[in-house]
Amino acid sequence: MYSAIVFLPLLGFLAAGLFGRMLGARNAAYVTSGLLILSAGLSWIAFFFVLAGDVSERVEVMRWLTSGTLVVDWAFRIDTLSVVMLVVVTSVSSLVHVYSIGYMEHDPHQPRFFAYLSLFTFAMLMLVTADNFVQMYFGWEGVGLASYLLIGFWYTRPAANAAAIKAFIVNRVGDFGFALGIFAIFMVFGSVEFDTVFAGAADQAGKTFEFLGYQVDILTLICLLLFMGAMGKSAQFLLHTWLPDAMEGPTPVSALIHAATMVTAGVFLVVRMSPLFEYAPVALVVVIIVGASTAFFAASVALVQNDIKRVIAYSTCSQLGYMFVAAGVGAYQIAIFHLFTHAFFKALLFLGSGAVIHALCDEQDMRKMGGLARKLPRTMILMGIGTIALTGVPLTAGYYSKDAVIEAAYASQNVAAGYAFALLVLAALMTSFYSWRLMFMTFFGRPRASSEVMSHVHEPPMSMFVPLVLLAAGSLFSGMVFAGVFIGEGQGAFWNGAVFAGTDNRILEDMHGLPWWVPWVASVVMLAGLAIAYVFYIRSPHMPVRLAERHVLAYRFLLNKWYFDELYDLIFVRSAKWIGRFLWKKGDGWLIDGFGPDGIASLVQDVASRAVRLQTGYLYHYAFAMLIGVAALVTYYLFRGAGL
Amino acid sequence: MNGMPILSVVTFLPLVGALFIFAIRGDDEISIRNARWVALWTPGITFILSLAIWWSFDNTTAEFQFVEQASWLGGAINYKMGVDGISMLFVILTTFLLPGCIIASWYSITTRVKEFMIAFLVLETLMIGVFSALDLVLFYLFFEGGLIPMFLIIGIWGGKRRVYASFKFFLFTLLGSLLMLLAIMAMYGQAGTTDIPTLLAHDFPAGMQTWLWLAFFASFAVKVPMWPVHTWLPDAHVEAPTSGSVVLAAILLKLGGYGFLRFSLPMFPLATEMFIPFVFALSVIAIIYTSLVALMQDDMKKLIAYSSVAHMGFVTLGLFTLSAQGVQGGIFQMLSHGLVSAALFLCVGVVYDRMHTREIAAYGGLVHRMPVYAFVFMVFTLANVGLPGTSGFIGEFLALVGAFGANTWAALLATIGVILSAGYALWLYRRVIFGPLEKEGLKSIKDMSVNEMVVLLPLVALVILFGVYPGPILDVTAVSVDNLLANYKSAVASVENATILAAR
Repeated sequence: MYSAIVFLPLLGFLAAGLFGRMLGARNAAYVTSGLLILSAGLSWIAFFFVLAGDVSERVEVMRWLTSGTLVVDWAFRIDTLSVVMLVVVTSVSSLVHVYSIGYMEHDPHQPRFFAYLSLFTFAMLMLVTADNFVQMYFGWEGVGLASYLLIGFWYTRPAANAAAIKAFIVNRVGDFGFALGIFAIFMVFGSVEFDTVFAGAADQAGKTFEFLGYQVDILTLICLLLFMGAMGKSAQFLLHTWLPDAMEGPTPVSALIHAATMVTAGVFLVVRMSPLFEYAPVALVVVIIVGASTAFFAASVALVQNDIKRVIAYSTCSQLGYMFVAAGVGAYQIAIFHLFTHAFFKALLFLGSGAVIHALCDEQDMRKMGGLARKLPRTMILMGIGTIALTGVPLTAGYYSKDAVIEAAYASQNVAAGYAFALLVLAALMTSFYSWRLMFMTFFGRPRASSEVMSHVHEPPMSMFVPLVLLAAGSLFSGMVFAGVFIGEGQGAFWNGAVFAGTDNRILEDMHGLPWWVPWVASVVMLAGLAIAYVFYIRSPHMPVRLAERHVLAYRFLLNKWYFDELYDLIFVRSAKWIGRFLWKKGDGWLIDGFGPDGIASLVQDVASRAVRLQTGYLYHYAFAMLIGVAALVTYYLFRGAGL
Repeated sequence: MNGMPILSVVTFLPLVGALFIFAIRGDDEISIRNARWVALWTPGITFILSLAIWWSFDNTTAEFQFVEQASWLGGAINYKMGVDGISMLFVILTTFLLPGCIIASWYSITTRVKEFMIAFLVLETLMIGVFSALDLVLFYLFFEGGLIPMFLIIGIWGGKRRVYASFKFFLFTLLGSLLMLLAIMAMYGQAGTTDIPTLLAHDFPAGMQTWLWLAFFASFAVKVPMWPVHTWLPDAHVEAPTSGSVVLAAILLKLGGYGFLRFSLPMFPLATEMFIPFVFALSVIAIIYTSLVALMQDDMKKLIAYSSVAHMGFVTLGLFTLSAQGVQGGIFQMLSHGLVSAALFLCVGVVYDRMHTREIAAYGGLVHRMPVYAFVFMVFTLANVGLPGTSGFIGEFLALVGAFGANTWAALLATIGVILSAGYALWLYRRVIFGPLEKEGLKSIKDMSVNEMVVLLPLVALVILFGVYPGPILDVTAVSVDNLLANYKSAVASVENATILAAR
């Protein structure tokens, strides 16, 4: 069954990719979607088996490679953690497939699109079910490839191509750390299999080895290297620049890859590695600081963005920061729970914004929207559900998971926990503000689109509507229904050892004894954000404009995303190009060739008057030299032979 | 080995084909066509025969197999052939790629067709010979002789600056060849034989090893090519015709790595041990330096040539880690690079034949007219980037695993190459394939022909197959590599013990 879950999407990819033209656009879409729905159904069955207490298992497919003591299998590790991820990935993916049937209806390259979507899903499933580091790396890079292909799906747009390459390369920077982490793991543990490595982790705690000439703590180094990979994939602070640009891809892609699944792979990685991270307290501090900083930074940028998808993209970035904080304080269950609920409401928001963009003939600028409430009431209600879930209105999904993250940050004893708590609360305020700003700018106020566009505005077709409704149901109820098993009383039995907690890690118990005001903080700032957004965008719409004019520097700083793109372009892209050109012209051209072959050539030319002989003679010279050599050799032999 | 001397047959069959073509008279259409068909059939049959070698190859022994021996030149030098787990797959790689080269030059070579085919077939014989020679002198003859047809191919059928390119090639090679010749003489003087299996077991004095190692290194480093003796390669590639580039990148460059494995590591272990940091340094520089240079190229072939240098940096890095993963990774990387770089040059050839330019700026938006080409090129670009699931990943990964155990600095710096390769390869792809189709000349360009697909699609299949299931290659090399490493370690250890004893 597990093999079927993973390989059905691959089958869909091959069918649509190789025989897409034969099948036709419609059939390619139906085949891939059908296979994914099947895969999702099986995943839910597996999920309920696990809920019923089924034990974890290992499914071996075949040997991948053997070299010396390095042995790598293609194998699936099935436990609670991977089953939860299976459910998230296949559910969102199948909904996105169905949604795309409507959304991509007029695109001439539908088979290619669906093939890529299925390829992505396959790679993502390989990642979450991996049983060793190398297979995980395969999935890790595979989703990177699919993301690259899908961001650049509309390949005639230069911006899409640039964004695709940027995404791949920034991810590779993270993978650089991930790969080094794998090498270190193999060196230390002599294996790349999770079971062996996790079993040996406790023995390595506190030990050091030499790295780059320094004695460093083994597990801290390994965890930091792995976390570097997680930062790239999950678009964390400093490696986040690719995610907003990735919005160049079609909107269903943003919902699937850049909100619900791929970007959460980093969080998954940290949770999967909990047996290592628990012994690397320094690495956990880094995880908390990076997560909290990202949550704050991304939310601050989202405040002023005008592109509807970019607002949601920065929101995703920020929410991933929350998940990392949860993982960093040791509340891995909460991290995965937030990942789980976030997948529903963030996919809903993206697909909902896709419906808006679709209705407005591909307009993404919120300054040209407004007043859509009357034309798109159903879409508005669905987006509203996504918004209340994201901001954490009581009883919605976000209320259970996001507030739990904030509480965990308060309860934690970690040195960085205070910093994290403060930033997360601020970020929650901003989250509420920008989410409602998005709603108000899009659906309320005066219509700012041309009347011609407005006359075409229409609600999405059924194939787009049904997935939205299902996601909305998830956004409303997934918190309420699953909070008990994920992070409540039943969590120990549910996780069944899939996440590891050290002996000092009592974070989930500590959360029960919080001061009375802590659980209220999140709800209060949520209401505050809503109130400010209401004042700014409904009551007196000129206020944000005046505020921006008065603090023009701060506004520009946020609007330009803290100037990270410009900075990186200067430091990395331009300097790499400059060095490349320098090494080519000066290093190869002037130094090596100048003193090497060209120098000798001109010397020879000077001595042997004119080039005529050179141009025709050197070949024969060579053959001649070789013959002389052989002759010399033979002579030498015969002499020796005679002498012996 | 009784029965058919299969190695000799595989080696010299192309030469027989060359003689046939030589015998074809006349320059008319028919005789040229005949020459082409002979040139296609001979490597084709050779390939099928060579598969028999792989088929009946025994993976469980490190001994040389299919050994043939005949006395030659008065008994002083023997004609001795044989393959082991290290060399066998290079023979297969050569025989596999040659038919493709002939097909690729079917229409693109129009002048002196007969001579071209002869040169190619002779080249094949010599390349197979290098990998299966078990006598130093025989090896030297094949090794150096192989360069002559290559010179001719670049110098006669090359581009505008072909003379400069082959001259540069010649200068770089010359010094190394002479030094290697001297070293061979010295080895004969010391050991009294040129029989490679015997030499493998011979202990050369430590002081002599250093000089021999350096002399061989001078020759092999140029072939690999290692930084800073790599500058002949971009020029040679740019000027060579497509099939010439394919053989150059896929096979000729492997002579260097093969030489290290066959001679430097096992015969001069003490010197190798001493020079490891030196080779690491050159490899790492090669990876980063040439990757950066590749980024800035505006000629497609030059870009791929520089990327070849970077990829061969992983090979030398892996080989000199002297670990099972590193050495196997190095060998795998050589074989994989043989497939991938060959395919990339063939891909360039596809558009060059249509547009007669290699300028990247002259292209853009090819995907609109050439979807199959875009797909094929994408697979090889990804393999070049080392994406897991392609053969490019396995070699790079194993080499880096080995490197991390040997020297963390080297591993760290080499891994940066993984980022840079994504940069130059994807940027090239974007500029050539993606974007709007705006240039007038490209608007009527045709997708790949049947001929081109016949050559490239098998390569696509193999690159993916060996990425997912590298077993067939790793199994062949495993025992020979383990044996090589065991001998190496015992040689180094015995000397260390001796010095410890002497110190007492």
